[in-house]
Amino acid sequence: MAKKAVVEATINGEQTEFLCEPRQSLLEVLRDELDLTGSKEGCLTGDCGACTVIVDGRPLCSCLMLGVEAQGKTIQTVEGLATPDSLHVLQQKFLEHASLQCGICTPGFLMSAKVLLDHNTRPTEAEIRYALAGNLCRCTGYDKIVRAVTDAAQTLASGTGKGSAGRLGSGPSAAESTSQQFLQGQEVK
Amino acid sequence: MAASANGQGFKVIGSRPVRHDGVDKVTGRAKYGADYSFPGMLFGKVLRSPYAHANIKSIKTDKAAALPGVKAIITAHDLPALPDKMEQTGEQAINLNQLSANILARDKVLYDGHAVAVVAATSPHIAEEALRLIDVDYDVLPLVMSVEDAMKPGAPILLPGLRNKEEGPDKPTNVATHIQFKRGDIAEGFKTADYVVEREFKTAMVHQGYIEPHNAVGVYNPDGHATIYCSTQGTFAVRSLSAAVLGMPEGNIKVVPAEIGGGFGGKLTIYLEPLAVLLSKKTGRPVKLTMTRAEVLRATGPTSGSTIRCKIGCTKDGKLTAAEVWMAYEAGAFPGSPVGAGAMTIVAPYNIPNLLIDAYDVVVNRPKTAAYRAPGASNAAMASETVIDELADKSGIDPCDFRIMNGAKEGTAQTAGPPFRRIGFIETVEAIKNSPHYKSKLEGANRGRGMASGFWFNVGLQSSAIVNIHTDGTASVVIGSVDIGGTRAAQAMIAAEVLGLDVIDVRPLVTDTDSIGHTDVTGGSRTCFATGWAVHDAAQDALRQLKERAAKLWEKKPEEVAFSNGQFSTDGNGVKPMTVKELAGRLARTGGPIAGRATVNARSVGPAFATTLVDVEVDPDTGKVSILRATVAQDAGKAIHPSYVEGQMQGGTAQGIGWALNEEYFYDDRGILRNSGLLDYRMPTCLDLPLIETCIVEVPTPGHPLGVRGVGEVSIVPPLAAVANAIAHAVGVRMGELPMSPPRLLKAMLGKKNGAETQAAAAGR
Amino acid sequence: MHAINYESPKTIDEAVKLLATHGEQARPLCGGTDLIIQLRAGVRRPEYVVDVKNIRELRRIEFSMQQGLRLGAAVPCIEIYENGDMRKYYPGLTEAAHLIGSLQIQSRASVGGNLCNGSPAADTTPALIALAAKCRVVGPGGERMVPIEDFCTAPGRTVLQPGELLVEFQVPSPARNSCDAYLRFIPRNEMDIAVVGVGASVTLDLGDEKISQARIGLAAVGPTPIFAREASQALAGKRINDESIERAAQLAIAAGSPIDDMRGTAEFRRHITGVLTRRTLAKAIERARTGQTSR
Repeated sequence: MAKKAVVEATINGEQTEFLCEPRQSLLEVLRDELDLTGSKEGCLTGDCGACTVIVDGRPLCSCLMLGVEAQGKTIQTVEGLATPDSLHVLQQKFLEHASLQCGICTPGFLMSAKVLLDHNTRPTEAEIRYALAGNLCRCTGYDKIVRAVTDAAQTLASGTGKGSAGRLGSGPSAAESTSQQFLQGQEVK
Repeated sequence: MAASANGQGFKVIGSRPVRHDGVDKVTGRAKYGADYSFPGMLFGKVLRSPYAHANIKSIKTDKAAALPGVKAIITAHDLPALPDKMEQTGEQAINLNQLSANILARDKVLYDGHAVAVVAATSPHIAEEALRLIDVDYDVLPLVMSVEDAMKPGAPILLPGLRNKEEGPDKPTNVATHIQFKRGDIAEGFKTADYVVEREFKTAMVHQGYIEPHNAVGVYNPDGHATIYCSTQGTFAVRSLSAAVLGMPEGNIKVVPAEIGGGFGGKLTIYLEPLAVLLSKKTGRPVKLTMTRAEVLRATGPTSGSTIRCKIGCTKDGKLTAAEVWMAYEAGAFPGSPVGAGAMTIVAPYNIPNLLIDAYDVVVNRPKTAAYRAPGASNAAMASETVIDELADKSGIDPCDFRIMNGAKEGTAQTAGPPFRRIGFIETVEAIKNSPHYKSKLEGANRGRGMASGFWFNVGLQSSAIVNIHTDGTASVVIGSVDIGGTRAAQAMIAAEVLGLDVIDVRPLVTDTDSIGHTDVTGGSRTCFATGWAVHDAAQDALRQLKERAAKLWEKKPEEVAFSNGQFSTDGNGVKPMTVKELAGRLARTGGPIAGRATVNARSVGPAFATTLVDVEVDPDTGKVSILRATVAQDAGKAIHPSYVEGQMQGGTAQGIGWALNEEYFYDDRGILRNSGLLDYRMPTCLDLPLIETCIVEVPTPGHPLGVRGVGEVSIVPPLAAVANAIAHAVGVRMGELPMSPPRLLKAMLGKKNGAETQAAAAGR
Repeated sequence: MHAINYESPKTIDEAVKLLATHGEQARPLCGGTDLIIQLRAGVRRPEYVVDVKNIRELRRIEFSMQQGLRLGAAVPCIEIYENGDMRKYYPGLTEAAHLIGSLQIQSRASVGGNLCNGSPAADTTPALIALAAKCRVVGPGGERMVPIEDFCTAPGRTVLQPGELLVEFQVPSPARNSCDAYLRFIPRNEMDIAVVGVGASVTLDLGDEKISQARIGLAAVGPTPIFAREASQALAGKRINDESIERAAQLAIAAGSPIDDMRGTAEFRRHITGVLTRRTLAKAIERARTGQTSR
């Protein structure tokens, strides 16, 4: 059996060191060695996107990258999206728009959507769909996901920035959601 | 509760709060079955048959057992032999002996991927490598892959003991059941018809396609008790089925529901759970098993491919007179296809006086089918709704009007069972007729619009609920219904409505089989209906007790205490009304904690109807279909959380579109599944669908305290035919085979063109 | 997966040495989008996985009008379409790179890996055939150049000998009035392997009315990617009209020998070859006419 390798990478902003066998994928390393179980296994062939993480700014399927290849790389997973005080606006919008049903595909979608919005502040519906085409969802039919990403883009573009810290209660309805409500941090009944 | 079943005056029900488990899910904190980890945990992997039909002569595991890191290996001989016995799970009955044989093959493998042995080792890689060292000696047998082949005289027999009533006790057969439904006089019915359309349809086997593969962690304790952590649609079903397969007392197994990454009916049964427990027993350590995608596609429970012949007649005024159907569904390796449900749903939305339906459940060398969202109904509706569309065309009647004219309503006879009570089918058709989509003009070459309707029974079954009132005036709702699509939020909303609380102050909790009373599966569109009913009643029970406490404090009788707008009040000078919060702080002094509870065995189930409208564009050179626009109208009775009701409607529509256009199982001539991955099992991507418009119709279910009608399933029933009808209107081709993938559609279009050219040429001569 | 050793050479020589030493027991790793799947499936079981992504020559994109293009074999697709020169001068190859899989796949998958995997359906190969690309192969015995259309010999097999490494593609700079295009047919809108792929490059005469030269490459209609030689030659010197395009389409169909499989029937593939050849030629001609590579 090949010896384990020591790998150094920056994961969600933290300098991290881990041990792994060469045959372990980055996905296995994240989930089984680093307890970052937010990235999910759906197919192991790069066809569903549930394992999508961001490596050096690019979205990729962590099931198709070896853990040892992470050496020196900067990696972001869904666990790194929110800050202690607030959710990322994408996370907030997914919640408001009910863009998740079972939620297993959500981390992957958030990663792909984040990369999109990092590069394109005013994506059209077609551009959003293209950017998310590598992420499969079986529950939602994608409708509310596309709406959430559109809304998040608009919110970011209008400069109201972050989402609130996952407030429960009667959030804005999908049809009524505006960035104004964000600014005021109101609970809309 | 100041609310009536038709929705007036609700404060929480009908709103769209953020779901309580939402933050965990968007941050990656939520724990799904594969996310669980325990100290000392081992990893299990399953060895699967490379043959579609073979006798197992021997299994040699000693080389595998010698691989460093391997801790245990089991085969079917480690499981008790079980007598043939039927058990109900969700919407299907399961034969326990056959269930066990499906989980681990005893003497025979019946499909590519059939489980044969299981290894537990210190890493999943070692377990996988160990599988290569297990020697299985197979005696390969001839196979049958289609219902036609399986029903032929002299066909290879899958299950030597299988018999059906018609063929008698001495005739081995692959036909497990023949069901027939009759009404009126079928010959007369067709005599009175002016138009008769008869078509044959073939649909391919398809999979539910949940993104999360199956998983289970088994933890067996030396005292004979075991805990199973798994992603399942039914914790109590896992408990009873696993106990039966293992030969353990049911009470010795506790099932803890992990979050679940999709099920759609495919996770109502068990595959890995008893294996995890048995391996844990043998090794003394927790054992985790997860399936790969290839295993999911090869060896879990897709739904039936089918052959359906459908003949329907109507008068020139469009009145349906007769329907005759012959349908055969693939059961897979063991009996139990949803052909019965297919037979009962096939023309259910319509009032047809003369009916003859013959339905056959047929075993073939494919994986044993499992439920897939309104199981059996989509196949059936593909046939009937296509034929109905042709009849509407022939009689020159608008398809909405055709359906309204013939539509089932309160009092219409069902195919089986009592007449419909109050239902909302016609309302869904009217909703489509009045939709912006329907009213818009569809212009452009090779574009067409099609619609179809669908029906699903829904089920009631049993649920339990507890509502705890906490001393700070918040509440927690404890239920056993696994949350697969946002239902726990709806349960909290129901309790919040009853108790006059903010939904943020009501915490829903989905719990294990010891912590809540019996609760049937999350399936059959029953969660908001039956568990919601139980939660409603449990909240009412808590409210009753709260009233008694208020009465005590005010020295009144409980009947003299009113509750409205979240406040208790009573007549009398200077008696200030009290909120639940204020009262909760005084529970200790008035008698102690309050827990409301209720159980239901829900009757008066409200069946579901949906009508779907689709616009397509067909590329005439390639046969590729683009979905331009889709609208679905569905009767939800009362939508507790409209966003999640819309989500069910959109999700079912998307699955139906995939089923219609590109999803199918490809087996080669050795019965091996060629597309056991998501590259070639083609589900719709984000780029393949438009936004999906929804119209929630609310015709309350009589008898339910909130009028709820289950919404989870029926939306998958119409889209197959809606797309087929749209294609027919776009390019003039009636497709009889699913999926309507580009090669098939192009061939049909070119064939039609050649046919037309030949005809034109002949006419020209 | 079986146990593997991971090596990450920094130079071509190091890589070649590793590959030569271990022969069949070593396999180069680029994006891993084919190899890692094969390792998991047990289809390939090499002891050594040799990561070639850290070798400079395999990661560069160099273009000049004088020298043409040198495209490293391990450049991921995303870097191709992020590159302005690629988009401007080789839009067909660029769009092929942008069609493979999903964005996630494109962050990793490379043109070299795509070619060495030996799939007849590889999207970038017909685009490279259309561009008359040559493959620079380095081995223990030295270097050689292999025309792209000769690189694949059978499904999953290439001309690479043990110890040899594909280093880069060399593509001539686009002639004036020339341009390329790539189209493929898939049943969904993303993610699928090409059922048929057609890459075409055309050079127009000064008046833009005639094709002086053309090359057509085909994917997924034979055991290897195909250079549709006859179809290409049939266009040389022809006026651009329906007749000449149709003739090329028919010859392209004849160049293929498609099979029935779960992605399409042979009959369907033949038909689509014709459809795509017409459409791809039209696109390449349109681009050549707008002269984007000349500006």
